[in-house]
Amino acid sequence: MSTVVLLLFTGLGLGALYFLVAAGLSLIYGLMGVLNFAHGAFLTLGAFTGWEIARRTGSDNWWTFLLSLLVGAAAGAAFAAFTEFVLIRRLYQRHIEQVLITVGLSLAAVALFDGIWGTDPVFIQGPAWFKETTEILGARVPNDRFVCIIAAVLVLLAMVFFLKNTRYGMIIRAGVENRSMVTALGIDVRKAFTLVFTIGGAAAGLGGVLASHYFGYVSPMLGGSLLIFAFIVTVIGGLGSLTGAAIAAVAVAVLQQFANFYLGGTGDFVVVLALALVLLFRPSGLLGRTS
Amino acid sequence: MTTDTDAAGTAGNASATGTDTKDTARGPADTRGTETAGRPTPPGRSRPTRRTIAGAAAGLAGMVLLVLLPLLNLSLPGVLPGPTYTPGSLQLLAMCMLMAAAALTYHLLLGVAGLLSFGHALYFGAGVYGLAIILQNLDIPLLPAMGLTLLVVIVLAHVVGSISLRVSGIPFAMVTLAFAQAGSVIVGRNPDGTTGGDEGLTLRTDNLPDFLVGVVNTRNLYWLALAVLVAVFIVVTWVQSSRAGHVAAAVRENELRVRVLGLQPYLVKLLIFVVSAILVSIIGMVFLLLQSGAVPRAMSADLTITLLVMVVLGGVGSRWGAVIGGVFYTILDQRLTTLANSDAIDALPDILRVPLSEPLFILGTLFILVVLFLPGGLTGTAQRLAQRRNRRVRGTGDDSTGMDRTATSREILEESA
Amino acid sequence: MSAAAETRPILTLTGLTAHIAGQQVVEDVSFTVPATGITALLGRNGVGKTSTIKAIIGLIDRTGAVELDGVRIEKEPTFKIIRSGVGYVPEDREVFSKLTVAENLRLAERDAAPRRQLVEELFPDLLARSAQMAGTLSGGQQQMVSLARALLNTNKILLVDEPTKGLAPKIVAEVAETLAEAARSVPILLVEQNLHVVRQLAGGAVVLSGGRVVHTGSALEFLDDAELTQRHLGVSADPGPSGETAGKTGLEPARKGAAL
Repeated sequence: MSTVVLLLFTGLGLGALYFLVAAGLSLIYGLMGVLNFAHGAFLTLGAFTGWEIARRTGSDNWWTFLLSLLVGAAAGAAFAAFTEFVLIRRLYQRHIEQVLITVGLSLAAVALFDGIWGTDPVFIQGPAWFKETTEILGARVPNDRFVCIIAAVLVLLAMVFFLKNTRYGMIIRAGVENRSMVTALGIDVRKAFTLVFTIGGAAAGLGGVLASHYFGYVSPMLGGSLLIFAFIVTVIGGLGSLTGAAIAAVAVAVLQQFANFYLGGTGDFVVVLALALVLLFRPSGLLGRTS
Repeated sequence: MTTDTDAAGTAGNASATGTDTKDTARGPADTRGTETAGRPTPPGRSRPTRRTIAGAAAGLAGMVLLVLLPLLNLSLPGVLPGPTYTPGSLQLLAMCMLMAAAALTYHLLLGVAGLLSFGHALYFGAGVYGLAIILQNLDIPLLPAMGLTLLVVIVLAHVVGSISLRVSGIPFAMVTLAFAQAGSVIVGRNPDGTTGGDEGLTLRTDNLPDFLVGVVNTRNLYWLALAVLVAVFIVVTWVQSSRAGHVAAAVRENELRVRVLGLQPYLVKLLIFVVSAILVSIIGMVFLLLQSGAVPRAMSADLTITLLVMVVLGGVGSRWGAVIGGVFYTILDQRLTTLANSDAIDALPDILRVPLSEPLFILGTLFILVVLFLPGGLTGTAQRLAQRRNRRVRGTGDDSTGMDRTATSREILEESA
Repeated sequence: MSAAAETRPILTLTGLTAHIAGQQVVEDVSFTVPATGITALLGRNGVGKTSTIKAIIGLIDRTGAVELDGVRIEKEPTFKIIRSGVGYVPEDREVFSKLTVAENLRLAERDAAPRRQLVEELFPDLLARSAQMAGTLSGGQQQMVSLARALLNTNKILLVDEPTKGLAPKIVAEVAETLAEAARSVPILLVEQNLHVVRQLAGGAVVLSGGRVVHTGSALEFLDDAELTQRHLGVSADPGPSGETAGKTGLEPARKGAAL
């Protein structure tokens, strides 16, 4: 029983990270039709800047941790806004070229990170409480899992609030459904594009800082490995659906943990199998548009 | 995506200078202002011109040169590590040709069928690792081993392809990536020690014919790579100009219309997918022989991205673009690594040195610049320059170097009318 | 009003040519839309009527000149064209199904002072359904949302594409009535297959065939000419079942937008 609980919480923690990356990917794709290969780089930049801040201000302090979260999110947001404004915007509506540019950007960015911070993983220290465990139903759950889960829930709530209660949120919801009709109402969707990219980048950057604590290290490869799972989560959840991404993120991460434990390390494989099954029976994903 | 037309094959292909009567009846073939260039015409319609004959002659001469290269003492300082008869140079040239061939298979996916796959390396890796594992564990000679590997790849491509093609466009890209990643993870986990994990698997040479083993026989491997490149080029051309190829191109243009006509886009896409997987796996098998070992990179997403970069750099939609992109990238990759470690770069101030000492940074930035400013890649830019020159010389906007690549696909789209 | 302002067309198309996925769908289309009344855009299925409308506002790639109220707009992006005073009511309504009725309308508000009261008066049913998800509305109700969106703002012209498609006769009558009412203050270019409705509403007509303009002139004269209608529309346009609606709709002929 305690193993199950531990696996569950580990899965939820990992799922929180997947969600933070997948949420941005899903909205960006849903609204803009862009597959953002560089999203992992947003995460990695967030993780590194968060680490730099923590390193300089005393890394086992709660305030430092919160500060690093803010800085990481800001770094991710800035990188994302820059990407959209300088690169993606020029290729308006040319989706394949946009994907290609994000591929090129991810190559260049990771190489740049390699150059600045080196290719070896750097080990992270956080507030001491993270390393401690809390007992739940007989399982000793590391506390950093809770931080990830709470952060992701807060981000989800904030995003849903934004989408439902602001004009730009309304524009984004409408645009995900039917972008050309939004322009035919006289609305300049390009501002919504930058906004969506920035929000996605902020979530990814935040996720990067959390990921560095969850895994215990930062490295230029951090974003890339999470990105692939974020893609899977996005497809399973349904492109353009925030709640779909949330549900799929939890499902995929928990499935992965259980498969790794009970089926001899085949977690990654099982996840791809799940993807295959979803594609066979519901190609638009769990909550995606069925058209 | 608007892709450029296939550049005229100058080696043994009549470039199309005539236009189909059906097409001229419709009016100007190209309605989008993209480059038009020659397409290989179906037999019976070519009109050999002076350009075609000159092109064919040049192609033949080039081919002869390539065949004789290992016997010659040519040097290309800065490009090749030594004269052309040395094993080091031959190894590099052979790698260039294999990569060019792999880029051609990717062109078939992306340029012809419009399938943006991020999982092509799965089949390359399957060829590499499949053959390596079979040779390691079974005592059978080379050709049966290759045949067996090929069988495995065909099954794999069918299964993965038929699932992945349930979606298209960006979701398809994501799904192919996921499947390739699964393969990559399996290789990395080294189940029962079969794949050698991170260190890879050395090639077991016991059952290989002697002329393919050993540094002294590098030139045989060079000739093998050359033969593979030529064969792949021929097969890709054949598929492209076959009916299936035209339907695939029509699907790329307007899938809905094709479906309305009662044709089956799914089957055509699956066919192209499997064919390109088979071809790239064969290339992988030769790669194994050339490198004398299997490495995890052979099945990585990085490799697929490398192929994508090659095709885009060369010019999407163009066979020659793929070939040129493959060669250019392989050489560039090698030279950039040397450049990045050079003293000249070390001497630069940090803000320049850090990015420039990473070859992938330069490559990634170059790629971005090409996508932004040179659509159509190297071949597209060359075509545009040539057309500008022609126009100045002839004084008319003479773009009649051939059919619009959509012409035959449009024939298919209009067939029901 | 001066004679010149009255006679200048609100919309002038010159050499409009558009293609979708390599197929030419609109070829060298030129016509004008007068500044008052309803002008019908007619033609068989698939001749390019919707594509023409989309080409005017730039939803599909096109070449050619588009002049709105004397200003050339073809180089502007779609949203700017709309902002300069175009109301667009698309074929198939295209309401946002995951937004409520109220949100759909709020999204469409462009002006500083949108005409909410007018819309509430014209569409009381929608007011009652403010909080309902637009995806759960009936076809007729969605059409009302689509019309309301266009009427919220002060426009120079309305582009209305097949507003009666797939609707029951009673709703068709309501839609026609709403259009007639709207036409009193804004000119309308109306794509319509229902020739009854065209008869009631339209002053002028532009007929397309094969992506080209084949006839312009008075709508009534065109519809009364059996040979012309047979040739270009493939149906006879006698007042009688047109194949689109069954029987008369029982509406009195609407005022054809006489300017006040």
